[in-house]
Amino acid sequence: MSLQLPIYMDNHATTPVDPRVLAAMLPYFTETFGNAASRTHAYGWSAEAAVDDARDTIAQLIGAETGKEIVFTSGATESDNLAIKGVAEYYKAKGNHIITTTIEHKAVLDSCKRLEKEGFTTTYINVGPDGLVDPKAIEAAITDKTILVSVMLANNEVGTIQPIAEIGKITRARGIVFHVDAVQGLGKTPFDVKSMNVDLASLTAHKIYGPKGVGALYVRRSKPRVRLSAQMDGGGHERGNRSGTLNVPGIVGFAKACKILIEEGVEEASKIRALRDRLHSKIVEKLDAVVLNGHPEHRLPGNLNISFSFVEGEGLMMAIKDVAVSSGSACTSASLEPSYVLRSMGLEEDMAHSSIRFGLGRFNTEEEVDYVAQLVIAKVQRLRDMSPLYEMHKAGIDIKSIQWAAH
Amino acid sequence: MAYSEKVIEHYENPRNVGSMDQDDESVGTGLVGAPACGDVMRLQIRVNDAGVIEEAKFKTFGCGSAIASSSLATEWIKGKTIDEAATIQNSQIAEELSLPPVKIHCSVLAEDAIKSAIEDFKKKRAAKQALASGQ
Repeated sequence: MSLQLPIYMDNHATTPVDPRVLAAMLPYFTETFGNAASRTHAYGWSAEAAVDDARDTIAQLIGAETGKEIVFTSGATESDNLAIKGVAEYYKAKGNHIITTTIEHKAVLDSCKRLEKEGFTTTYINVGPDGLVDPKAIEAAITDKTILVSVMLANNEVGTIQPIAEIGKITRARGIVFHVDAVQGLGKTPFDVKSMNVDLASLTAHKIYGPKGVGALYVRRSKPRVRLSAQMDGGGHERGNRSGTLNVPGIVGFAKACKILIEEGVEEASKIRALRDRLHSKIVEKLDAVVLNGHPEHRLPGNLNISFSFVEGEGLMMAIKDVAVSSGSACTSASLEPSYVLRSMGLEEDMAHSSIRFGLGRFNTEEEVDYVAQLVIAKVQRLRDMSPLYEMHKAGIDIKSIQWAAH
Repeated sequence: MAYSEKVIEHYENPRNVGSMDQDDESVGTGLVGAPACGDVMRLQIRVNDAGVIEEAKFKTFGCGSAIASSSLATEWIKGKTIDEAATIQNSQIAEELSLPPVKIHCSVLAEDAIKSAIEDFKKKRAAKQALASGQ
């Protein structure tokens, strides 16, 4: 079998739609196309039935009590916004303090930033060098004004999986709403809103081989009931939590993607983990000065974020253009600042510039992994031959001992 | 990000990659940039008695545009006198490589590298002359 290039290894960014998901969606574009809010005819009823089935399947994947706890949105950015701003607005009489971490997605961080302009205060908890949040640090930050704690299930850059159950124990005991951005970990690592005491969870379809443009917010309905102020006004859909005509084909596809994970997720995770470990061990076997970013064990099965010392990430990506990956080097962005996640973990800036994130997924093969490993090794060696830093390293010069002029 | 054809061409076939003996008195070395900023260039020149750059070498840690800028710089300064080479502007490099605004700093770094290598050479030459006249 010949390889199709470029090889896709950026599954944290998005995933292709699984053909089984697409097949499930298709009838909902042309045949069962009704508006799920139409109560007056069979087109509406069958769309509504499909949506309610979908709620139950998604609820099942995350261990929710009932499908009624699923609020559909346009994606996880909207879910994060709704969770944070919705809780802040609803509970503002109770307090104005939010706790989150420095490595959350921008949808969480920037929602908090906006609330700060409205009189809320946020504590950003630092993470350790492995990207882990210490639940004790969260506990210590709680005040009598704290209304919300928001921590991601797994980080999108380094894949570190957070101790959600431990944090949930703390927030539950203190009566604080606990929001989890579960986008990256969904279906890939155990996540159960009931046993982990999660009150709100942001989910999205396109990271689990479903379509783009559809997501959900899990909103706990009992023990305790969590309330939100809607951020989108209109027809009062989703029990008043989120107005807007439901994206029925997208929702059906989202549910099918969840169904596949319920049935195959555990097996799939171990297959992807084996591929990821194969890639990693092949690379470190041939290259020196390669550093793993993130936690070695508490990490998403498909995540491999490594820094190739003395080689700049964007330059490397250009050399391995037959592989679609991403880099913590923000040379491509306007700010020229390397990844805030890597810097929060205390990584030296040059190591952040040298990082590459491989995100393996359902459709990667052993053949692809072997091809990528061999390509990366060859290109890193080539770029190191061109790197003044590698030459200094080989000559025993400590690069940190040099007075570099910032520019 | 889309790179210009010239950047890709230099990146894939970089001219004059390598090192020269930093202690050789006919060699000037410029080391500019910083690892924390994501680019470091080392540009070296070998200058003959007539002040002409006979050889130029570079090694660069950086993105494709940084590598291409340094490759082009070595190509341009070879055969020029040090005074001619010192007149090369970053804007010429940026224009030749069609660098987008966010990559202009790569051409600035290449200009700095040329100037710094020339300065290093001139310092060595001055030291040598001072030594000769002192004897």
